[in-house]
Amino acid sequence: MTTPAMTTPAATAAATAASPRPQLSLAAGLVVQQRVIAALLLREIITRYGRHNIGFLWLFVEPMLFTLAVTLLWGALKLNHVSSLPITAFAVTGYSSILLWRNMPGRLIGSVGPNLALMYHRQVKVIDVFLSRLLLEFMGATISFITLTLVFWTFDWMKLPEDLLQVTLGWLMLTWFGCALALLLGALAEEYEVIEKLWHPFAYIIMPLSGAGFIVDSLPKVGQDYILYLPMVDAIEYLREGFFGSAVVSHYDMGYTAAVNLLLTAMGLAKTRVISQKVVPE
Amino acid sequence: MIRLVNLCKSYPTSQGPHEIFRNLNLEIARGEKVGILGRNGAGKSTMIRLLSGAEQPTSGHVERHMSVSWPLAFGGAFQSALTGIDNLRFICRIYGIEWRDKIDYVQEFSELGPYLREPLRIYSSGMRARLAFALSMVIEFDCFLIDEVVAVGDARFHEKCHAELFEKRADRSLIIVSHDANYVRDHCSKLCVLSEGEMSVFTDPDEAFDFYHKAIHLQ
Repeated sequence: MTTPAMTTPAATAAATAASPRPQLSLAAGLVVQQRVIAALLLREIITRYGRHNIGFLWLFVEPMLFTLAVTLLWGALKLNHVSSLPITAFAVTGYSSILLWRNMPGRLIGSVGPNLALMYHRQVKVIDVFLSRLLLEFMGATISFITLTLVFWTFDWMKLPEDLLQVTLGWLMLTWFGCALALLLGALAEEYEVIEKLWHPFAYIIMPLSGAGFIVDSLPKVGQDYILYLPMVDAIEYLREGFFGSAVVSHYDMGYTAAVNLLLTAMGLAKTRVISQKVVPE
Repeated sequence: MIRLVNLCKSYPTSQGPHEIFRNLNLEIARGEKVGILGRNGAGKSTMIRLLSGAEQPTSGHVERHMSVSWPLAFGGAFQSALTGIDNLRFICRIYGIEWRDKIDYVQEFSELGPYLREPLRIYSSGMRARLAFALSMVIEFDCFLIDEVVAVGDARFHEKCHAELFEKRADRSLIIVSHDANYVRDHCSKLCVLSEGEMSVFTDPDEAFDFYHKAIHLQ
């Protein structure tokens, strides 16, 4: 091959001299990120729910219908023989909790592909797609939980929580668990297709073990010790203690749940960073 | 100014990493018009994405000391399930500007009529190009990255692009990927030819095209 008439000019020499890269300050970066997440959130609402019939109200009507159906089913099956707790409140706290943490990984696995076109804009990153979807799931599950509680309360089918702060903390711990698990699985799924295949059976198996349909105190002692290794069981027990107070004996170790959440978060963020570097917008 | 510093890029393939760029260095000054030439697969679009920051280099880095647009290409940057207006809203939101005052301009430039309120998936490629171009003119960048999209299209679109880019925004930088030799020759003062992982920079278009044609036929 012939030598080009004129190769890269002064740039080569200049490049070797150390020069600081222009960096946004952290505050400016956060402003951009907040803008991007808000824009993605609104876009997601339109692509997911459209502008037809009740539109974005599906955000919480859908989980509400799920929880309502399960509540009626559990009530009809007299599932309350596993505990002395009122069945409506038991089902609402249990199934809302499942929806909260279980839908999050499902929403993040495979979420990069449909958004690749938007990553033509340098400020749109994988983490923004993830965070906007998590925020949307959290909003849907939370509004559904609150609305159902209030509706059943007005019909006198259930009582309001005894300790609202503890319920809130339990809910936030479940949210954190769902987000952390979702970040890790969502990021891993970009690299390993098998994650998507395995998540569905795993989510299915873990559901009856997650503490939504039973209380730990009703299990034999040896079962109690093992089941509490599942971090969401501890969080649901804690939430229910807040909800029912002295009417229930709860078993939990929130320090353990926090530690697992922290570990999952660290791994999830690290993996998200790795896939962000490799993403090729299309 | 944009500066490429020791830029390397490779993609993983089933046969191991495939090198696209090896240690490229380049400076593009404010207001400069740069054409990028290369045969299919030489890395022209990759170069545009790296310049825009949409994609990360394998090593080395890209410094941007002016605001740089996203790559204006046929695909990408938009959500095809959304309408033209929804895409305008999204773009304005992520760049932090008000979208309501921009509708008239986009409507007028893109000439999409009622289709501006229909999803992009039913647009023809010409309609997409018009929308993409109109949306990028809504945000005032110092440097526009243009991947093929302007050199094609009908004469009317061509004239309008020319007026927006070369008359109203004559002071901006442009980085243009095109197979249209005359277009690049007429509009660019610097030509970069990508070949075999290297980039050769020319200021004389005849030398550039000479080199480009040799590079094409050698391989």
